[in-house]
Amino acid sequence: MNINIDEKTDFQLLNRRIRGVEDKNIVINGCVGQRYIATGLSDKKLLINGTPGNALGSYLNGGEVTVYGNAQDATGDTMNSGMIVIHGNAGDATGYAMRGGKIYIKGNTGYRAGIHMKAYMDFKPIIVVGGRAGSFLGEYQAGGIIVVLGQNDDGLPIINNFCGTGMHGGKIYLRCDKLPHAIPSQIRVEKVKGSEVEELKSIIEDYCSYFKELNAEYLLNADFLSLFPDVDNPYKRMYTNN
Amino acid sequence: MNADMYIPAEFEVIRSDRCVNCKICEKQCANGVHYTDKKTGKIVADSEKCVNCQRCVCTCPTHALKIVKSDNAYRQNSNWSAQTMNEVYRQANTGGVLLSSMGNPRQNPTYFERILLNASQVTNPPIDPLREPMETTVYLGKKDVEIKRDNQGRLVDTLAPQLKLTMPIMFSAMSYGSISYSAHESLARAAEELGIYYNTGEGGLHKDFYKYSGNTIVQVASGRFGVHSEYLSTAAAIEVKMGQGAKPGIGGHLPGLKISDDVSKTRMIPKGVDAISPAPHHDIYSIEDLRQLIYTLKEATDYKKPIIVKIAAVHNVAAIASGIARSGADIIAIDGYRGGTGAAPTRIRDNVGIPIELAIARVDERLRQEGIRDSVSIVVGGSIRSSADVVKAVALGADACYVGTAALLALGCHLCRHCHTGKCNWGIATQRPELVQRLDPEVGYKRLVNLLTAWNHEIQEMMGGMGLNSIEALKGNRLMLRGVGLNEAELKVLGIRHAGEDM
Repeated sequence: MNINIDEKTDFQLLNRRIRGVEDKNIVINGCVGQRYIATGLSDKKLLINGTPGNALGSYLNGGEVTVYGNAQDATGDTMNSGMIVIHGNAGDATGYAMRGGKIYIKGNTGYRAGIHMKAYMDFKPIIVVGGRAGSFLGEYQAGGIIVVLGQNDDGLPIINNFCGTGMHGGKIYLRCDKLPHAIPSQIRVEKVKGSEVEELKSIIEDYCSYFKELNAEYLLNADFLSLFPDVDNPYKRMYTNN
Repeated sequence: MNADMYIPAEFEVIRSDRCVNCKICEKQCANGVHYTDKKTGKIVADSEKCVNCQRCVCTCPTHALKIVKSDNAYRQNSNWSAQTMNEVYRQANTGGVLLSSMGNPRQNPTYFERILLNASQVTNPPIDPLREPMETTVYLGKKDVEIKRDNQGRLVDTLAPQLKLTMPIMFSAMSYGSISYSAHESLARAAEELGIYYNTGEGGLHKDFYKYSGNTIVQVASGRFGVHSEYLSTAAAIEVKMGQGAKPGIGGHLPGLKISDDVSKTRMIPKGVDAISPAPHHDIYSIEDLRQLIYTLKEATDYKKPIIVKIAAVHNVAAIASGIARSGADIIAIDGYRGGTGAAPTRIRDNVGIPIELAIARVDERLRQEGIRDSVSIVVGGSIRSSADVVKAVALGADACYVGTAALLALGCHLCRHCHTGKCNWGIATQRPELVQRLDPEVGYKRLVNLLTAWNHEIQEMMGGMGLNSIEALKGNRLMLRGVGLNEAELKVLGIRHAGEDM
């Protein structure tokens, strides 16, 4: 069903309506910054035309959210499973503490994307950013995969400062041949190799299937770096029992 | 305990001739203090390893054991205590940040002990709680409702969701991981039987305990461990952890060694990998950002659950609480600097924050001044040790109290303050199966029920003595309090008069 809204529409009313409708396919037209859309949703397919506000798809537990436009901050906060596709840019703290599901962004993302991302049993979250990522990418990352493709045309580097600070699990793939910024000493950087090549290929092919204008073969035909923590428990040596 | 040759043993294990060499102490001690001497076949002790948890003393069938503080002494020095010197030795040996457990053990002013309660005499007679009704039920949540009527003129219920407590006490947040399965089960069952709540802490909710969800408060912290939509919607209330009294400004760090299979499943994180939960939520830098997290939680639970925001008591606590009251939170939990912890950097625990008594008084006063006291309930913790502390906290302005350490003591803890080693002989702060099974939840929950039932009787007696028959009439009733031995600044902050001063 179609829900047409404008800037006067209150987020609480909109979200109650989304929760209430039986129809599993919902199109929202004219979205202007309404927050918390699809929070905790598990079984619906949402298509949003416009700009959803902060915390789109927090605690998302299945289903699919597609945005034709930009998303703001905290998209997919603590997401458990499901799919968020952004045909534009996404703001700060995208995928905060996500534990499962996928977030595919065609454009750029802001600060702190993938912070606290974790993996657990069969849950393996994936974030793919078509353009560049801001500072603190993958901060405290404990699991899951972040891919940044660097397809931005603004001349800015693929990542910014403090990438992987506090990272202790998971992996970050960057589509570049050398790092534009220094990274913390407990993170290792290597050229993609072995099973990583297959993993990356399947992620990028899946990503491109959501964006018809993108070509997986072209994107894969480039150098990729893989970033990961060098030991399992990098912080335990810090403490002394008293 | 540690093999630092510069630090002599702190305790001596003394075995009397009542010892029958039954070796129960050897089995009971996870620290390996007691062992059999190969030559004599007799059980002996290596006092160096003793943490003084009293487990062997309590389980010795012939009462042959006692643990005493060693009378070995450093040369006396009022500036450099033995503890301070030992801390230097430990850091010189390892280069590590000092890590401690449980609440601040230092001698600090405990204002509860310098506050006295009033009682009625002659004109306003006391009430006997054994014969007359005495109301200790508390509802936590926003009370500032708008009166709305429908087109028939009938009242529309606009009351925000409330938590109903049979007494102004709840069990404070202690995560599965920091404490054991048996300890959690004991707390959950006791909360259900008492009609109060326990709190999962930030370690997620074990699937076995979903059946107690009506009495469960779940926590959301910066690491978001175990947080998913079912966890949120099953709980009675959701607590956003911004801070903790024992470590304000510092986050949690559960070492990978303690992430067992079961803890990993409950926290929804990989086994054996450190669980790091830093102090800041990296999406919260303002009251507006806090409001955003609160509203994602409200949206995820259809506005049916009260949202608690927990902070540590720090210097500017009144202004912070005022911001939280305006952020959409239903309840503010404030944790004082004597509060307990499974592990905290020693320096933070012992030096950061303010006593809870002062924080309650200031927050209550500030919210009243701003006319928003009814927008939130206030729950306080950070060393509530008895029913008298509860009564004084309520009279200073709290709606209810969180108790943590007292609950662990009820389960057998003897405050040896070695939780961070994970070798708790009482089966509380450990994940080792052979230790966890020592704590029988059937016994544990009854001891918790006994403790709080007794406290509730005492609360009623103190209220009755003051001529009050409802806990609501005690809330913020500072005329019932007098200070002893407090200076003017302390009395002013607490908002109470000195003992001997009349109304």
